[in-house]
Amino acid sequence: MDFNDTPEEAAYRAQVREWLEANAPKRAHQPDLEGDGRSMTASKAWQAKKAAAGYAQITWPKEWGGQGGNPIQQVIFNQEEANYPVPPNPFQIGLGMCVPTVATFADDETKKRFVGPALRGEEIWCQLFSEPSGGSDVAAARTKAVRAPDGSGDWLISGQKVWTTGAQFSDFGIVVCRTNPDAPKHKGLTMFWLDMHDPGVEVKPIHQMSGGSGFNEVFFTDVRVKDSQRLGAVDDGWKVSLVTLMNERLAVGGASGAGWTEFMAAARDLPGLDGAPALKDQALREKLADWYVQAEGLKHTRNRTMTALSRGQTPGPESSIGKIVSALQMQDLGNTALEMLDQFGIIDDPELAPLRGAFHTSVMFAPGLRIAGGTDEILKNIIAERVLGLPGDIRVDKDVAFKDMPTGR
Amino acid sequence: MNFDFSDDQKALKSEARRFLEANASAERVRKVLDDPAKAYDEALWKAVGEQGWLGAAIPEEYGGLGLGHLELCVIAEELGRAVAPIPFASTVYFVAEAVMLAGSAEQKSDLLPKIAAGEIIGCMATSEGPGITTAATLKSTVSDGKLTGVKLPVTDGDIAGVALVLAKENSKPGLFLVDLDGAGVTREALKTMDPTRDAARLIFKDAPARRVGGAGEGMELVEQVLDRAAVLLAFEQCGGADRCLEMAKAYALERYAFGRVIASYQAIKHKLADMYVKNELGRSNAYYGAWALNTGAPELPVAASAARIAASEAFWFASKENIQTHGGIGFTWEMDCHLYYRRSRQLGLVAGAPRVWKERLVSHLERRNAA
Repeated sequence: MDFNDTPEEAAYRAQVREWLEANAPKRAHQPDLEGDGRSMTASKAWQAKKAAAGYAQITWPKEWGGQGGNPIQQVIFNQEEANYPVPPNPFQIGLGMCVPTVATFADDETKKRFVGPALRGEEIWCQLFSEPSGGSDVAAARTKAVRAPDGSGDWLISGQKVWTTGAQFSDFGIVVCRTNPDAPKHKGLTMFWLDMHDPGVEVKPIHQMSGGSGFNEVFFTDVRVKDSQRLGAVDDGWKVSLVTLMNERLAVGGASGAGWTEFMAAARDLPGLDGAPALKDQALREKLADWYVQAEGLKHTRNRTMTALSRGQTPGPESSIGKIVSALQMQDLGNTALEMLDQFGIIDDPELAPLRGAFHTSVMFAPGLRIAGGTDEILKNIIAERVLGLPGDIRVDKDVAFKDMPTGR
Repeated sequence: MNFDFSDDQKALKSEARRFLEANASAERVRKVLDDPAKAYDEALWKAVGEQGWLGAAIPEEYGGLGLGHLELCVIAEELGRAVAPIPFASTVYFVAEAVMLAGSAEQKSDLLPKIAAGEIIGCMATSEGPGITTAATLKSTVSDGKLTGVKLPVTDGDIAGVALVLAKENSKPGLFLVDLDGAGVTREALKTMDPTRDAARLIFKDAPARRVGGAGEGMELVEQVLDRAAVLLAFEQCGGADRCLEMAKAYALERYAFGRVIASYQAIKHKLADMYVKNELGRSNAYYGAWALNTGAPELPVAASAARIAASEAFWFASKENIQTHGGIGFTWEMDCHLYYRRSRQLGLVAGAPRVWKERLVSHLERRNAA
């Protein structure tokens, strides 16, 4: 049991450090907590640099522009990259989920057309799965694709997607559509890739409760796609989407922002009961200890995952607990900090609030994090079913034709 | 990065599990539970000694196996899983650790070989009554090498041959070894919440006492011993917590209600997922504690506190929600659920309650951040 790299890992880390020191930005970028694209120019420039050096997708094969490396090398790069003020990465959904799906199901020519530009950050991809009628229940998608009446074999896509991350910057997307409403819901879906600049595609940023707009509604009106843009067989889209979603857990991160260290610093400086520092308040100290223990538990759970990767093993189920713990902690810690400020806690002005309002940001962003990329409840289902092996829920819609499924509205 | 046990250590763990399944079945544990006259499983204690586990971390020159603390951790996890009814923690995590940490050459030569051979049981005597024992509340005294005072509860105090006692000498706390079969010692067995682990009231009247470590260093020494014990106890707690989750899962998969197995209801699935999350947080913190203990890292006090807090929470939660998952049958004497529920309280309190450790943790963090 030790925290050291193997000699090979140490050599790789040294190589990465040298490259980052020579190439990574040294000055802080504009913060982009809400993912509204204010750092896009910087993000694209950094991505191009990484791609040219083979660091954009280390585990991809060399002919795609990767290094044919292993996951631990990617983790090492991510760790080292985090030591520099690099701009946010709006390419991960495309590179982690969409492009691998296209590469798995499209012909060589299509693959060749898209892989390079995506890798270099020249083209951005989005994943069009969630709908107003189905967030957790992705297979309930209603957006439909029908054959064009002109006999060309083309498809016409109409409907609406929602919560699409980065759609407002995206050039392409993969979309799951209803192609057979007479079949049960999982058996009537088909996957396509499409051009987000098509005049039939309308993107409307969602005004989040946190104030920002990182997600979008996307409307399709008779968007014509060629049959060659189909990914996988007709009505086999659910299986294709599983390939995409398998990669999602790796793409959606845990909570960031103010943690126990920031809370402790704030508690030291603020007055508590009887004028003593708030940090002397026993109730706050117990909470602080709990958050520390959770944060350390997650950190060392990641170390266990790293160990599995380092040995060439698939990480175990331990990697599935991160967001459940960290998103809830973000909400609880932020709110406790507000309560520690007492009446002053209502002020959300960065000029006045501690840490320029970081605790307020946590409170307002945490509800979204508890939902995005699998709600707390769905993640618990995943642990219960895939980790513990408990039965799936009773599916009352399992053998019902999609068109006959009961809907609320 | 190698944040895992070695293949040899995992093999030892599997071996320990097989051994305890054969020698510490629930049926065997219940013999101690149901018989007030039976303080521990003497046959199991003897067998565990023959396996060499008592001396796993004791150097070979003192009759141990000279392995290390990581080996002791994997054994501890299996003992916790089996709710083994033996004085292992008292003897090995507290007394052997304290003697290895601060004992004189003579004390080491005297006690460690006896512990490794299973010839003597040890116990840790700090508490003197309800609430936390501090330097200010400590009443027991030593003068001219004679101890006078009352200690309770002392886990395994009724069966131990030697006690490690916290007492004041010249008004300053010190840690002392006392021969419990010698003069000036009276013991009374106490009724405990977990009858598979006994405890006693020890009354000392001019009992001969040998100091361990320097004069006036008692509180610091106790803290260091507690840090070590906390990591090892955390592994027992992880073992117990994992077993509770297994029991809950197995029962939920076979119990039908409203026409289907209760494991198919989200109320149960989410409860078990919550158990899993807490168990993993406990385990990961315990691993870090094991690393710190084994390498003698300066992070040990913080790592041990985190391990103790996370593992105590995991075992308590898993043991109570295991009963809840079982429903009515889980509340019966015949089901094993309460063995784990009782043990979770024993382990969660024996080295100090979690809230004490939370305070210690934050104090350490304050000092670390101030430095």
